[in-house]
Amino acid sequence: MAAAAIGMIRLRNLFAVVMLSGIFSLSAAALYVVLDAVDVAFTEASVGAGIATVLMLSTLALTTTEEAIKDHRNMSALVVVLIAGAVLIYGTLDMPFYGDPMAPIHLHVAPLYLRDSIVATGVPNVVTSVLASYRGYDTLGETTVIFTAAASVMALIGRGRRKVKHGVPEGAPSHGYSSMKPHPILRVTAKLLIPAILIYAFYVQAHGDFGPGGGFQAGVIFGSTFILYALIFGVDNTRIAIRGWVRRTMMASGVLIYAGTGVAALLLGGNFLDYSALLHDPVHGQHLGIFLVELGVGVTVSGSMITIFLIFAGQDR
Amino acid sequence: MQFPGLFNYWIAIVLMMAGFYMVMAHGNLIKKIVGLNVFQVSVFVFYISMSKIKGGTAPILEPGFEVYSNPLPSVLILTAIVVGVATTALALALIVRIHDAYGTIEEDEINAQESES
Repeated sequence: MAAAAIGMIRLRNLFAVVMLSGIFSLSAAALYVVLDAVDVAFTEASVGAGIATVLMLSTLALTTTEEAIKDHRNMSALVVVLIAGAVLIYGTLDMPFYGDPMAPIHLHVAPLYLRDSIVATGVPNVVTSVLASYRGYDTLGETTVIFTAAASVMALIGRGRRKVKHGVPEGAPSHGYSSMKPHPILRVTAKLLIPAILIYAFYVQAHGDFGPGGGFQAGVIFGSTFILYALIFGVDNTRIAIRGWVRRTMMASGVLIYAGTGVAALLLGGNFLDYSALLHDPVHGQHLGIFLVELGVGVTVSGSMITIFLIFAGQDR
Repeated sequence: MQFPGLFNYWIAIVLMMAGFYMVMAHGNLIKKIVGLNVFQVSVFVFYISMSKIKGGTAPILEPGFEVYSNPLPSVLILTAIVVGVATTALALALIVRIHDAYGTIEEDEINAQESES
């Protein structure tokens, strides 16, 4: 990973830099598996190595692929970095060793979550239950951030530029993404893969309670099927396959499902996002609540990812 | 001091400084974003490496396992990654707009154009 990072500093071809950052993310994901954070690894592999790389490549296609050659002010930056690094390393000398079970981080709320979450929510995956139930407010906020980011991308480059696109004659190869159209092998493989990936996304969505997975990962995988479709069959076909209003409704309705679950709990006599009030049995209520908010997260994330990608890919130079 | 010791933190710091250097020393906006991503991943690595307990397993409760790694950093970082990609997308959208307006994504060329006008 360090080698990939240094390579990214040295290389001037932005295309290579972006590919290296994808490799960097993938190796980070492998590292997370080793460190027992399977949910995080799952997310990093699909988001960092997948979506982020695709988005950066789209940006490169719209801007430029070579960095200008300059060498000034590098020394001062290097000095600052070295000093900051040295100070941070000095700071780590007091830190607990790697894998130490008595480190302060493992002594406060974590044992509580590990002990009580299965009783309180009936969900074996502690990451999911903490994410959706104990820290439900945070996750609601983060879902809203994703929605807002996608909406901002739409506001920045979504509208206005699309008018230019109507000037292009029908069927003309308006951008590079349609260029894979004549490859029969890619088309057939994609047709076989897309349904499988979609089903996998639903599995990840529904199985997040019991294994690694959940709304964030499922949303990204769901979105990536449409990105794959757009890469092989062209952006315009994808726009027909999933219309703009469907995408926008998905983005908004996910947040609404999430917040609506909270309000439903409120109306049924609990606190906001207190899923125990949803059903007569608190544990079943928690389980249902976690399922619903994960669904909301998944819908918003997938809608946002598809929207962001299509906006980037649909730009004309 | 046995081998892993504090090594995990040092890796995180090296990565963080690499990202920091990329943000500061490069004028190219896309390179700055890549640098920010490296910086971000370094923080993730830092958190996740703290959550590991020796001999522990992934925090999915199953009978037969006693020691689980800490689930809390996983939760925090999981959402941070997805939020990170959403904000990256926003930054890239801004870069596309900047390229529209100035015809370049080099910081000093943009500054030069600004001071001219």
